[in-house]
Amino acid sequence: MSTDATSRTSMLRTLLHRPYFWGLIAIALLLAVNSLKDPSYLAIGYNANTGSLVGNVIDILRAAAPIAMISVGMCLVIATAGIDLSVGSLMAVAGAVSMELLASAGGSAGAALAALGLALLLGAVLGAVNAVLISVVGLQPFISTLVMMLAGRGLAKVITGGQNTAASNETFRWIANGYVLGLPVVFLLAVLIVIAVGLLVRRSALGLMIEAIGMDPRAARLAGVNRRGLLFAVYIASGALAAVAGIFASASVMTVDVSNTGYQLEMDAILAVVIGGTSLAGGKFNITGAAIGALLIATLDKTVVFLGISSSATPAFKAIVIIALCLLQSQRVRDLFRARRAKTAPVTSDAPKEAVAA
Amino acid sequence: MSAPPIVEMKGISISFPGVKALDRVDFRLFPGEVHALMGENGAGKSTLIKALTGVYTIDEGEVRIDGTPRRLGGTADAQAAGVSTVYQEVNLCTNISIGENVMLGHETRGPLGINWRDTHRRASEVLEKVGLGELDPRLPLSTLSIALQQLVAISRATVTDSTVLILDEPTSSLDANEVENLFTVIRSLRDEGVAILFVSHFLDQVYAISDRMTVLRNGTFQGEFMTADIDQATLIATMVGKEMKALDSLERASSRREVDRSGAPVYRAEGLGRKGSLEPTDITLHAGEVLGIAGLLGSGRTELARLVYGADKPEEGTVRLEDAEAQIASPSQALAARIAYASENRRDEGIIRDLSVRENLILAVQAKRGWARPIPAQEKNALVEKYMNALNVRPADPDRPISNLSGGNQQKVLLGRWLATRPDVLILDEPTRGIDIGAKTEIMEEVIALADEGVAVVFISSELDEVVRLSDRVMVLKDRRKLTELLAGDSLTSDTIIATIAEESAPEDPGSLEPAGTGASS
Repeated sequence: MSTDATSRTSMLRTLLHRPYFWGLIAIALLLAVNSLKDPSYLAIGYNANTGSLVGNVIDILRAAAPIAMISVGMCLVIATAGIDLSVGSLMAVAGAVSMELLASAGGSAGAALAALGLALLLGAVLGAVNAVLISVVGLQPFISTLVMMLAGRGLAKVITGGQNTAASNETFRWIANGYVLGLPVVFLLAVLIVIAVGLLVRRSALGLMIEAIGMDPRAARLAGVNRRGLLFAVYIASGALAAVAGIFASASVMTVDVSNTGYQLEMDAILAVVIGGTSLAGGKFNITGAAIGALLIATLDKTVVFLGISSSATPAFKAIVIIALCLLQSQRVRDLFRARRAKTAPVTSDAPKEAVAA
Repeated sequence: MSAPPIVEMKGISISFPGVKALDRVDFRLFPGEVHALMGENGAGKSTLIKALTGVYTIDEGEVRIDGTPRRLGGTADAQAAGVSTVYQEVNLCTNISIGENVMLGHETRGPLGINWRDTHRRASEVLEKVGLGELDPRLPLSTLSIALQQLVAISRATVTDSTVLILDEPTSSLDANEVENLFTVIRSLRDEGVAILFVSHFLDQVYAISDRMTVLRNGTFQGEFMTADIDQATLIATMVGKEMKALDSLERASSRREVDRSGAPVYRAEGLGRKGSLEPTDITLHAGEVLGIAGLLGSGRTELARLVYGADKPEEGTVRLEDAEAQIASPSQALAARIAYASENRRDEGIIRDLSVRENLILAVQAKRGWARPIPAQEKNALVEKYMNALNVRPADPDRPISNLSGGNQQKVLLGRWLATRPDVLILDEPTRGIDIGAKTEIMEEVIALADEGVAVVFISSELDEVVRLSDRVMVLKDRRKLTELLAGDSLTSDTIIATIAEESAPEDPGSLEPAGTGASS
């Protein structure tokens, strides 16, 4: 019993030291606030007609899926000490090309697969263009992807001829609106992709090498690490994941809004990565953290709507929550708290430390 | 001895998690003396300095400055108490002017903000004291050599009328001439009554400049000696706690070895060169041979190594490995061809600070295997354990961030990184710079052992003694081209190498003939 208890407390402690711990707390707090306003907020119902669970929480999971996709890609890019501002625009490109294809090719499952493939390919190619500009030409990631952000939005408009193309294809629609085991397909897909990317980078040596070039590109190069190849890998991954996010976003309404699909979502992705405990300076990264960050952003978005905060005040509300979170994560602020605690109760603050050591 | 000490530290203890960095150490510093703080890496020198400059708070003990007990809560406290520090890596801003650097935070203020004219005039006065009076303080600092920047850093420390000046490894990147200039400045400051704490790995320099020394070992006080009363052998024995027999056994290890140069060379380059970096140079490496490269800073020795490794892309020349023609244009190609290169710049091109010792050690092997074939955990542990034991890395904890290790131990981890790739050719560029004598000996022993195993080793060092001691053949470089190659033998000494370089010397610059840190002449 007692060993069980200590292992549980030590598990709690390791969780507490995870960078995304405060992100989880923030999600819980936001949900609690919403429950205060409406006690049935967390209730989950079952719709027998569609075989699906329904409720606010399910909506949040669904909304988090596209953000999680671009956040995971952004996380890898940021780990190399870069940044990818083009993900929002690439979402629009992916949505535009798949909607155009479906609008002309009809409602078959084959057309849906072709649309998926084409969108992913285009995302990867545009990601590769970013990589060429950054690793071959040697431009700064900020500038290269800023250019791609503008060019991508333009490209999306060219593809649809400036229209907000709509299409109907049940298979494609199912990706965003279908259910498996009562959960939205889009959420399950996102979870699978996050796990797959996480395993890929941590089970192979990719993670170590990405961190190495992010921390010290010169030393990593002399150690034989192929920086150019890794940069291609992360920017292509980021582009392809942005395409997935674009498919998610456009499939839910079966329309691409070339001006608004993915608009400013690169900011959400960057925030999610930072909330997840990955430093913008590059180096150590945390995929799980980025996914939790995406979940928090989605929760925040829904909360703003639910609380009826006026749309003009929304950015400010978001900013306040995120600033509070960053403060909690900052080492300096933590040290400040720790120093105060140590002063008031030096005995109690030491005791648990020893227990963990033992 | 009659004057009371300006700094008195008694029973100083400082602990870090798991380590007692200092254990009841005593230290005194008198005005008007140069006091050397001696000890191996990890002996506690830096910790003691940081205790005195307020970077670390002490757990136990008392610091008295000028007779009054002080609690130093930060660097500002130490500066207020008259303690100034010049660190090994010059901490100045290269993008602003010399004068601004010197006077930063002490500018003359007038009714309209800073009076730059007066500030620069005062900067000139301060620079005059270190013999830089003729410098224009309005020039950007980046126009100065590292040696002059060091002097500027010292003059900056004197602006605050410091009574105590700490110089931490000030000579590690200076050549002999520049060291002499620095010593002149130190002596004049000493004669003005400033107490100077001097830390250096170069024993000859310590003997040349210091009046008194304190020796630390493993965080404990070993004794305080007048420099005149202690000879080098005794000092080294006190520092390392063992007789330095190892260094003697290395003496001319090369002369006892036979190198077979009849077979095809492991590596052979003809006309290897790159514009602005190295004139076309031939270099041949044989299995089991140590090739020393001698030359002054800027002679092209590092450039040659980088071209061989592909760290810089060669613009001309042909390379043959064994008997096959090869192209080596990048480090990853070199590693695939079993060539490894340990850079002289350990901090920026060697270690990756935020990675653990384990990750640093396996990085090159992993890069060679490619990302898709991670080293299995068991193999990884075996590899890390093998090289940490073989090279005696301390502390023996592979999960510690490498930035926590002392310079000597970082160097050993890096050596392990390259050895783990099982190279046929290993290029070591200044592997012994800035590390203590114990680690130095271990690394030099390893070089001999590697050559005995059949590795072709290229050994680059500005300490000619070491080059002569280890090498079977010495290539002499000057002004970015090869002068000659000398075979090891009784006639090869650091003096003959110096003479070779000197014959080619431009007459107006005779002072630079003496390489930095040569121990041979003394």
